Formats: sequence, structure tokens, C-alpha cells
Amino acid sequence: MLGSGILKGLLVTARNFVGSFHDRERLPTVQYPEERAPVGEAFRTFPFLVSDCPADADASARLAGLRGVACQICERNCPPRCIHIEKSKDKKPDAAGKPQLYPAVFEIDISVCMGCQICVEVCPFDSIKMDKVFEIAVPRRSPELLLDRDRLSKPNAYYRRIRPSEAAAVDAARAAEQAAAKARADAAAKAAAARQAAAATPPAA
Amino acid sequence: MPVTLETFPLALRDWLCAFLPQEFHWLLSGLLVIIAILTVFGLGFAFITVAERKFLGRFQNRIGPNRVGPFGLLQPFADAVKALTKEDIVPATADKLPHFLAPCVIVSGALLCFAVLPYGRHLVPADLDAGLLYFFAAGAFTELAVFMAGWSSHNKFSLLAGIRALAQLVSYELPLLLATLPAVMAARSLNLQTIVGSQSPAAGLKAGFLPNWHLFSPWGAAGFLIFLIAAIAESNRSPFDLPEGESEIIAGHLTEYSGFKYALFFMGEYFGLIALSGFCATLFLGGWQAPYAALEVIPSWVWFGLKVAALIFTFIWIRATFLRLRMDQLMRFSWKFLLPLALINLGTAAFWLLTAHWQGAWWIALRWFAAAALVIAPYSILGRRLFRGLGARTYEYAPNN
Ligand code: SF4
Ligand code: SF4
Repeated sequence: MLGSGILKGLLVTARNFVGSFHDRERLPTVQYPEERAPVGEAFRTFPFLVSDCPADADASARLAGLRGVACQICERNCPPRCIHIEKSKDKKPDAAGKPQLYPAVFEIDISVCMGCQICVEVCPFDSIKMDKVFEIAVPRRSPELLLDRDRLSKPNAYYRRIRPSEAAAVDAARAAEQAAAKARADAAAKAAAARQAAAATPPAA
Repeated sequence: MPVTLETFPLALRDWLCAFLPQEFHWLLSGLLVIIAILTVFGLGFAFITVAERKFLGRFQNRIGPNRVGPFGLLQPFADAVKALTKEDIVPATADKLPHFLAPCVIVSGALLCFAVLPYGRHLVPADLDAGLLYFFAAGAFTELAVFMAGWSSHNKFSLLAGIRALAQLVSYELPLLLATLPAVMAARSLNLQTIVGSQSPAAGLKAGFLPNWHLFSPWGAAGFLIFLIAAIAESNRSPFDLPEGESEIIAGHLTEYSGFKYALFFMGEYFGLIALSGFCATLFLGGWQAPYAALEVIPSWVWFGLKVAALIFTFIWIRATFLRLRMDQLMRFSWKFLLPLALINLGTAAFWLLTAHWQGAWWIALRWFAAAALVIAPYSILGRRLFRGLGARTYEYAPNN
């Protein structure tokens, strides 16, 4: 019948109208500041720097625990070039005890960052990871959106909280690496000790 | 006259008039009517905008504005402040005078329409003998205003909107007018109070149980639908919002308007909508009358308000449902479908009125049947012709399901 499509259409909207008053399914709106939709684990916004420090560490402890070695790989690979790194003059021992450079300056301009995660992919030290903060509205672009070392570094516990499975995998890999490094170091030390012992006691000819 | 809810507005007016000497009564009572209309419909406009946004939200499974005040009810006042404080930009090359006048014309034209509507048993600001003609004459200001805005803005989108508006409004004015004529024939008068009177419950009920409104007769139902469609087109609302057509021509005639002038256009359009709803209620829904005599304890102006509100809700519902038409579809629909139907409806109404004296169950059944056939047959024949050659699209390589 001519016109039945029009009535069908009206019926659809009428169902919405009535349904939205009693059927939660029909009103999927999340009223944002008061209510929040859950964000998925892979949700990402901007990078932050992981620091091996206690969860409630202060700024200096967070800086001391940074994993990065200022190798500048991420700086060179960032497509919009929004990372700025300056190497330190001195060296500090890293988690494995090896003396390493550390970033004296590490800045990311997150008003330029496009969240591509390339810096995370290229970092060989699991130092830079993607954050989940998104309420970053500020009155000025600079310096509020130019994040420095202090504001970029966050404890590993935070990383574990926002990305549990990824952080667990990273931690396991790092622990295995450190164990292997320690085993290598032990083996090397043992070999050296053995060499020394051998040198001290001349072989019986 | 005893003061009841029914006569309360009049009593209030007389009480206020008593403060002035006799010679000024005509002036003060006139001013009071104007103030009443401006207040009631000004507030009506404000709350219809928020109701429209809230209902549209619900129709689309959203919540709608709910931040300003309880349930978002103060939203229109926030909007008013915003509109008033915005900069008023006039394009350098615009024709300044018509550009300035257009919003004023659209609002005043719509306000003029309010003068003749019978709001209640005793409430009609100007009880003109040719009220219906006056209403159409005042309503035609809308076209003029939209075209003035389109022409004077010196902007191609505005001009396109002006041309579209002229074409659309002229084509839908005809079915609108023709759809009202049967009501005039039934009342034998152009006076709107008389037209309301011809639908009074005192004259008996339609088909034994339905209210004695024109809506519940075959020609009245057809006329009501034609009027409703044409009224949507006349008030530039979706699905006939071609002059504004945001997705095609930015905002049409409103493109070069900002601030309060922009708000005035909205006000004019909503005033026009309220006026057309009131007019439609007057012609087809028995005006201010209660559906049954027993319900007359509720004052007549409340009934009028309820009917207007129901019609406006229908308009919102339609807006939430349908897509905008294309210009050629719009024209074809009016000239090839609505207009012939409205013309045939005149004949149906004439048949109905000439057979009013038929008595006996068989004759009455025959009367209803013949009148219904006179409505439905042309509808389906014309509809088929209108959509001939159109249908569900078929694809050569895709299964059709
Ligand atoms: S996420 Fe992409 S754009 Fe942002 S800092 Fe990393 S590499 Fe640069
Ligand atoms: S974050 Fe990673 S890639 Fe970037 S400088 Fe530090 S260690 Fe190198």
C-alpha cells in the first residue's frame, strides 16, 4: 500500500521515543563528566617514560629510575619530530649495573604528537610507552603541552595499572634479560676467576 | 458574565482596564491583547525550541539538552543570551535595508497571523469576517521575508535558498489553501469562530461516537493530511527544509545572518509553526472545543493549547523521521499529487455536504462508503502514477533480498 513506508518510518521513531524512557538499551548516552565509558586496554594517547621506581616515588626518584639511555632512536623516528632529547655528560649505572648515559633533557610536545606509537615500537629499552590520559585541556599550548622529564616520567606501577598484560610481558622479558645478563656476568666472572687461578698456579708441566 | 476559568482572561483584562478612564479602554485592551500574545507565544517559542531538541533527542535515542537548569528547561534563555551577545555581521556588499528588514518582516508576518485565531470561546483578538483570507495574506509574509533575505545577502547560497523558498512556498500555498476550503464550505463562512462553531459537539457526533470534528469525516481526514503536509512545507521544516538545506547550501537564506537577526528568523519560523498549528486545529480539530460536551469543564483555551501542542509534537515527530526531499521531488509531489487530491477533495466535501440529510443505516453507510472511495481511489491512482517507474533498486550481480 502506498504510504506504508512512511508509517513504518514513523513507527520506528515512535518506538525510539517511548523506548528511550524505560529501556536502558535504547539510550546508550554516557553523560561524560559524571559517567565514563570504560577505555579499552589498547587505548592510547601520548607517550610517557617508564621509571623503575616505587609507585609513590618523588620526582627525583622517578628521574633516577628512568630506563632510557638517551639513544635518541625515538627522536629520529618520530614522524612529526616532537621529541627533543639531550644526552647527559656523565653516566649512571642502569638496572643491569652497566654505566649508561641518561636523558638530561627529554621533552615531548604533545600538541604535535599524533599518537602513532612509533617511538614505542622503536625503543630498544622499553623506556617509552603510550599513556591513556585524555583530559589535557589547558589554556595555553606552551609550556602546558610541552611535557618535560618530570611530567613524562611515571612509575612502572602506573604502567602495570593502565596496561596490565602488556606491562607483565615487558616485565617478564626484562627480568629474563637481566637474569641472562647476570648469568653471563657470573659466567664471565667465573671464567676470569678461573683464568686468574690458572695464572696464579702455573700448570704442572 | 460570571468569572470562571473560562472567562478568566477577559475578567483580568476588564479589571486592568478599570484603572483607566473610559476613553482609553479600547487602547488599553488592545495593548493587553498584544502583550498577552507576545508573552504567551514568546514563551511558547522558547519552550518549543527546547522541547523540540529534547524530543528529537529521544526520537534518535539521545538525551537532548539537560544541563541548563532542571531538565535543561532554562536552555532557551541561555540561547537568547548567546544570540543577543553575538556580533551582528552584515556583509559589506549586502543590500543593507532589505537585509535588515527581512528578519523583522518574518516575525511581524507570523505575529499578524495570531490576530485572527480563536483561542477560546470568548478569546479571539480580531473576529474578522474574512479571517481565513486574512490568515493567508499575513502568512504570505514568510515567503517575502525569505526571499528578501536570500536576495539582499549577496551570497550565492542565500540566493539559491531564496529561489528555492519562492518555488516551494508558492507551490505549497495552493494545496494549503485548497485543503482549507471544504471547512469553509461546511461552515458557509470565512469567519474562524463560525468554522469552529460548525464542529460543535452540540450538533451531534460523527459516526455515533467520534467528536464532531472535520477530521473525522472522509474529506476532513484527507484535507487534514494535505494541510499538514503543506503546512510543514510552508514552515520550511524537515523534510521540506530545502531553503535551509544545511548539507547542500550551508544555511540557505540564513548564511549571512548572525546574532539576534538569526534568532529572529528562528522566532519567525516557530511563530509561523504555532500559528499554522492553531489554524489547523481550528479548521479540522474543532478549534477550542472539547471533544465531548461532558469535557467542557476544562476551559476552552486549554483545549486549544492541548491541540496545538499535539500538532507541534506531530511536526517534531515528522522532522525526526523523514529525510529531506530533492527539489524536483518536492515540486512533483505538490503539483502532481497534493494539488489534484486537494481539488478532488472539494468534490468529496460537496458530496458529503449535499447528502447531509440522508437518513437510515443503509443510506448513511452508503454516504460514508462513497465519500471514502472518493478519497482513497484518487489517492492510490495518483500515487501509482507519481511513483511509476520507481521502485526498489535492483543490482545485476547482487542477489536481491
Ligand atoms: S607517538 Fe608518534 S608522534 Fe607521538 S612522540 Fe611517539 S613517535 Fe612521535
Ligand atoms: S626513549 Fe627509548 S628510544 Fe628514546 S632515547 Fe630513550 S631509550 Fe632511546
